[in-house]
Amino acid sequence: MKNVIGREIPEYIEGVGKIDMFVGAWEKLKKGWMDEVTIPPPNKAKLPHQSKICKTLEEAIIQTSPKDGMTVSFHHHLRNGDNILVNSIEILAKMGIKNITLASSSLNEVHNPILKYLKDGTITKIWSSGIRGEIGKAISEGVLDLPVTIHSHGGRVRAIHTGKINIDLAIIAASAADNEGNATGCKGKSAFGSMGYASIDTRYAKQVIVVSDNIVDYPCIPISITQNFVDYVVKIDSIGDASKIATGSTRITKSPIDLRIAKLAANVIEHSGSFKNGFSFQVGAGGASLAVAKYIREKMKKSEIKGSFILGGVTSYGVDMLNEGLFNTIFDVQSFDAAVCSSLVENSHHIEIPAALYANPFNCGCMTNKLDIVVLGALEIDTNFNVNVITGSDGTIRGASGGHSDTASGATLTIVVCPSFRGRIPIVKKAIHTVVTPGESIDVLVTERGICVNPLKPELEENLIKGGLNIRKIEDLQEEVESIVGKVQEIEFTDKIVGLIEYRDGTIIDVIRQVKHHG
Amino acid sequence: MKKKRRTMLYIPGNNPAMLQQGGIYGADSLLLDLEDAVALNQKDAARILVRNMIQSNNYYNAEICVRVNHIDTPFGLEDLEEIVPLQPDAIRFPKTESVEELANLIKIIEDIEDKHGLPHNKMTLHLMIETALGVQNVFDIAKFSKRVDAITIGGQDLTADMNIKSTKDGSGIDFARKMIVMAAKANKIDVIDTVFVDVNDEEGLRLETEYAKQIGFTGKAVINPRQIDIIHEVYMPTDQEIRKAYRIIKEFKKNKKLGIGVFAIDGKMIDAPIVTRATHVLELAQINYNTI
Repeated sequence: MKNVIGREIPEYIEGVGKIDMFVGAWEKLKKGWMDEVTIPPPNKAKLPHQSKICKTLEEAIIQTSPKDGMTVSFHHHLRNGDNILVNSIEILAKMGIKNITLASSSLNEVHNPILKYLKDGTITKIWSSGIRGEIGKAISEGVLDLPVTIHSHGGRVRAIHTGKINIDLAIIAASAADNEGNATGCKGKSAFGSMGYASIDTRYAKQVIVVSDNIVDYPCIPISITQNFVDYVVKIDSIGDASKIATGSTRITKSPIDLRIAKLAANVIEHSGSFKNGFSFQVGAGGASLAVAKYIREKMKKSEIKGSFILGGVTSYGVDMLNEGLFNTIFDVQSFDAAVCSSLVENSHHIEIPAALYANPFNCGCMTNKLDIVVLGALEIDTNFNVNVITGSDGTIRGASGGHSDTASGATLTIVVCPSFRGRIPIVKKAIHTVVTPGESIDVLVTERGICVNPLKPELEENLIKGGLNIRKIEDLQEEVESIVGKVQEIEFTDKIVGLIEYRDGTIIDVIRQVKHHG
Repeated sequence: MKKKRRTMLYIPGNNPAMLQQGGIYGADSLLLDLEDAVALNQKDAARILVRNMIQSNNYYNAEICVRVNHIDTPFGLEDLEEIVPLQPDAIRFPKTESVEELANLIKIIEDIEDKHGLPHNKMTLHLMIETALGVQNVFDIAKFSKRVDAITIGGQDLTADMNIKSTKDGSGIDFARKMIVMAAKANKIDVIDTVFVDVNDEEGLRLETEYAKQIGFTGKAVINPRQIDIIHEVYMPTDQEIRKAYRIIKEFKKNKKLGIGVFAIDGKMIDAPIVTRATHVLELAQINYNTI
């Protein structure tokens, strides 16, 4: 059947069960509570002065008595520098553990080596906010029997609260830890910053291993993960390479097109009505998004506007704005740049926050609900402003949902910035492959070929026109793009569903089907 | 309203992606280049590509100008035969040195236009002055034909022709710059300054543009879209200038109805040149003075 945004989704999927259909961006929140039952976190006990130290990661994993069908979780703060996930899965595979559900907060190219464990039945199910590289491609081609579930950062917390993700073992990488498991990501040779996504895992996992290449004297300060949730502590040579977190994305782009888009987006912000003293702000780390921050910084200085807080993934650029007094506070769930670590340690207005506080829709108020302005990217956007950030132009999984739908839902002004086409591939389309964020939560699209306002926001359009901005209909833009790049040949899919796109409230907003191969 | 020419963005004629995206950056004019930006073995391909892009691509409101190769090269005539029938807004002609050469060029263009039944008054000519001889003859060149509506200085070639060192302050070509500005102003046509080659030096670009504006250039050639906004900012009148210009035009229109040509605002005499300058300010600020 079709859900409210017209996506064809089966009501029942073998191995998954009955599908809870997406009903609208805010419909389920209107009740004021979550219908699903919340599971209690596990009760555990340790004897006084009992050692948690294990000599190797393998020894620690053996101590947790791994079993077939277990769920093992990881956090992705080291992004492409992560050493832990692949090592851990290799150990479990060597032990002959099968049918693992992998619940990493995200998966990157660095995790490509686990592909063989998807093929041999070691890993049979995946929950994640993003899947990139060979794993995404293989899943799209049907390597797993069961569909992966793509959730948002806030949705992951909800899924853990409800037991949909029921973690047996959480393996937490820390750049510094003590022998009781108090841990941080802010200090040490592999410092990567905030551990915002790891905190929910430690609270709910049946067993928790903290892995660090830097065991410090007790207590490890600052404390992001506290000892009362940690079962075992392991020292290894290296948790990863923190220099690969950013992979160059946190420098301001020199691409004239990205800068053009960013400038237009900054003009939208300036004239939106939301650009005023006390406004809160979130931008991504790459391409045009960070360049928007550059222009907003200039406009704030010129207009003598002071913001309230910066939220989400934090770059050194955000830290500079904090230090210049342009914003009062940074709430940091994920550091996009290892250079921000010293700020997290030294500046009391740079605060590490857990993913639950960041974006879980089912509590008394996540921080995305306090956002005034967010600037997001897109792999595709349709003429109803629905956004795809997960599947590429070839239909394969290659992106991340991350906090996209969380922030779009919460912010007063949600701006999507993207080129109207990349190479010969249209980005603005009549229909997109996969919907991750519903169009009703997107206010403005900014491309190099102009600005389009969601018709649901006529007052915003009026403000922008008054500000002298040229607004065009998204349908006209889509037609112009098609006139440049031509009609794109549709990708063929089989009926097999390889992925479920879970909206932040737990409903299914879309499904990803297997890409059909010829010959 | 007179067309603004604060920025003229060079786009290599053999680069499809840049040709396609050229219109999005907000440059006042686009220079689709068949000359120096195109290697000798790509001249044919560039000519065809530029022809097709003029016919099909959306350049929004930008003025389209094609820089052809010099008529003395093996490519110049073919360029004109391909481009003139398309009637872009303007043809830019390099290394103009004498009125004889210009007369020859105009005859070739008009013969092509006649062959295609096209008028002689639609497409204008931009002439590049980039040799010492061209600078010496620039006044006569600028006044030779009504089709010439802009001249420009080619700083790199002029520096080479003069066999002098290129310096950041442009002191070696300063005299030439001023000669060219004078020739343009004397003939009431636009005059465009040369490119600023260091695309990463924003402050240097701003300073050079401020100087160009100060000595009378209408605008500046641009080699990277990132330079456009800085030049536009320099050429954008201040709020105070706009308010003053608005008041002058308003008073001018009021007095004109009464048959008064010269009047005073705050005790200062306002006459025709001041009114003309006020209209330029409003044009740059994109205010339609006809509606005042």
